[in-house]
Amino acid sequence: MVPESYYVALSAVLFSIGVVGVVIRRNPLVIFMSIELMLNASNLALVAFGQRFGNLDGQAVVFFVMAVAAAEVAVGLAIIVTIFRVRRRLSVDDLSVMRW
Amino acid sequence: MEHVVFFAIAAIAVGSALGLILRPNAIHGALFLVVNLGSVAALYLMLGAEFLAAAQVIVYAGAIMVLFVFAIMVLIPGKEEAGPDPRRGARLLAVPVGALLLLLLVSVVVGRWNVPRGPVGPSGSAGAVGRLLFTSYLFPFELTSVLLLAAMVGVLLLARRGA
Repeated sequence: MVPESYYVALSAVLFSIGVVGVVIRRNPLVIFMSIELMLNASNLALVAFGQRFGNLDGQAVVFFVMAVAAAEVAVGLAIIVTIFRVRRRLSVDDLSVMRW
Repeated sequence: MEHVVFFAIAAIAVGSALGLILRPNAIHGALFLVVNLGSVAALYLMLGAEFLAAAQVIVYAGAIMVLFVFAIMVLIPGKEEAGPDPRRGARLLAVPVGALLLLLLVSVVVGRWNVPRGPVGPSGSAGAVGRLLFTSYLFPFELTSVLLLAAMVGVLLLARRGA
């Protein structure tokens, strides 16, 4: 039986990698994927905690996180595509103003 | 034996996550993310969360990643990060800060790991999770449908031609 703390430690590692990815990349799509990585890491921690405490509430919360992530990805990608259609460029450094 | 499996899957997960943030090509990153999501699904199985493992593969690795790959194809990959980074120094600062964050997370969560163990063996089958979703979590579950509807309407509005 692998202790649950191992899973939580792995989730911390994945979350930190996601944070670094959000900061060091310039492509908004890759930044988005790093955010998905962070969401996944938190999901893993939730399931591990739920297993530790012996109830299913953690898994229910993970289900809601998945639904919210799906909605977030759909809206976010639509926004990125719209920005690309207007600007013809795709770098977060160009997107420092809210309107142009 | 279980430890060996865990460490193998963990190595795959960390390696694919590093591949996602280090490869310059976005489509490679998307494929690495699929590998990462699959390995997390395997970890869910090891934790006994069968329903979530299936949902992870269907929702994340299936639907969401198809959306990502589609967007990458539409947006001409590999062109946007060409040229030297004007803020390279500031961006590289993220690596030590990320390491610090990792240290903090591990020391806070794992260092004080003395929570009492609950009753063993909650089954994460679809039946058990579904029963919970339709009883204690019924209201948030219904709200999820409203959220998905709102997202769908918003995306249609954004994607309208001439918006």
